[in-house]
Amino acid sequence: MFDISFLYEAKDVKDAIKRLSENPNSEIISGGTDVLIRVREGKDAGMGLVSIHNIAELKGVKQDGSGNIIIGAGTCFYDITHNEIIQKYIPSLGEAVNTVGGPQIRQTGTIGGNICNGATSADSASTMTALQADIVLEGPNGERVVNIKDFYTGPGKTVRDRCEVCKHFVIKKENFENYYGYYFKYGKRKSLEIATLGCSVLVKLNGAKDAIEDVKIAYGVAAPTPSRAYKAEEFAKGKKLNDKTLLDEFAKLALEEMKPRDSWRASKEFREQLIKEMAKRSLVNSIRRAGGRIEYYV
Amino acid sequence: MSKKIITLHVNGKDREVAVDERESLYETLRNELRLTSIKKGCEVGECGACSVLLNGKCVDSCIYLTVWAQGKDIVTVEGLKDETNGDITDVQKEFIKQAAVQCGFCTPGFILKAVEIVGANKPYTRDEIKELITGNLCRCTGYMNIVTAIEHAIKHNMDKLGIPYEVAPSTTSFDIPDAEKEKMLKDVLAMQNNDVTKA
Repeated sequence: MFDISFLYEAKDVKDAIKRLSENPNSEIISGGTDVLIRVREGKDAGMGLVSIHNIAELKGVKQDGSGNIIIGAGTCFYDITHNEIIQKYIPSLGEAVNTVGGPQIRQTGTIGGNICNGATSADSASTMTALQADIVLEGPNGERVVNIKDFYTGPGKTVRDRCEVCKHFVIKKENFENYYGYYFKYGKRKSLEIATLGCSVLVKLNGAKDAIEDVKIAYGVAAPTPSRAYKAEEFAKGKKLNDKTLLDEFAKLALEEMKPRDSWRASKEFREQLIKEMAKRSLVNSIRRAGGRIEYYV
Repeated sequence: MSKKIITLHVNGKDREVAVDERESLYETLRNELRLTSIKKGCEVGECGACSVLLNGKCVDSCIYLTVWAQGKDIVTVEGLKDETNGDITDVQKEFIKQAAVQCGFCTPGFILKAVEIVGANKPYTRDEIKELITGNLCRCTGYMNIVTAIEHAIKHNMDKLGIPYEVAPSTTSFDIPDAEKEKMLKDVLAMQNNDVTKA
């Protein structure tokens, strides 16, 4: 039995918002794979839970008229990985969420919860940051759209108000079309592991496939919030793939913008080493997926 | 807090149960419906001992609320049977044959995961199987035989579907003689029929 004061199954998003506003000591539960564990640990004990678990409108992946991909916040990780649209356009996101927890967790855990938890270690967060996803929130005062770069305010903190329900994520066509990506998760184990460091790269090559047209790189756990390395991105734009200094300089600039810290999982120094190495390997893998040739030996 | 009566579709039957809305599916199935194949391990969704099939997919019932499972198809090991002859399933037979059981605590979870894997009708390789069972822990560390058992169960299914599938050569150093395996299988089948005295 979980130590909660009540569980309310919301019929739809409006119903959930109403219930959350009425009860100051309540929070949203979607997949439950984080919330129920926090309750069990006593951290959220005694809270009321408003469940959006079975709300159909929050589930599924679809494309709108202009080709933007819309991911429902209540879509579980398994469904994202196995979705045709995701596999066709942004397979690196499917791969990233396929590293969350274990297979059983991925059946219930949702991408909305992963992002709204505010954890820098969330496996979907770095790829969603690289994709510059828009987060659609609905609260008592109506709907608002927040870009993921303005969403996180600190470790475990986001701009989402307690009464706001995250409805879906919008990934604009120009942010994924012709981009090829790679998500690199470093952990001590292959499964059921929280990332020591996560790195997601999206790259677009020019027509001849011999130079980088655009690149996005985002990290998880390299700073208090998932963050992009803008300087490295700027540097790599337009660089030829056979440029010998490309990888080293890219990695060095990526590190400059990150603020890793010591934790029981890894030291600051080790994380700094990871940031550099993962930048190189993720970029190389993305370039190869995009059809480019680049020399790099691991 | 008052209890409310809900209907759960468990192992092919509709069961009415009085549940507290704070209950996990694990607690309801085990305590109310006495489906004791489900085990409580870590309680945080890491060990997979409490796995149940929910609409054909394995979920950890320890971190799943009972009220969420209304209208969904729940299957536990008690509900597994071969539809053609009412016998235990190929997966269970292979677990017995390959001695994929040590203390047995993780076994129901592994069997349900194996049923899901076999039910996908895909010719998974040994490495893919390892990847697919990462949500289940066996603290006796008898993974080798578990993977082999799942491989053989997939083989049976692939034979039925007419898809060629090769089981990787055994890498275990120990092998049970066929006569011994048959006796073990008989014993277990006898127990399954509550005929323990004759076994």
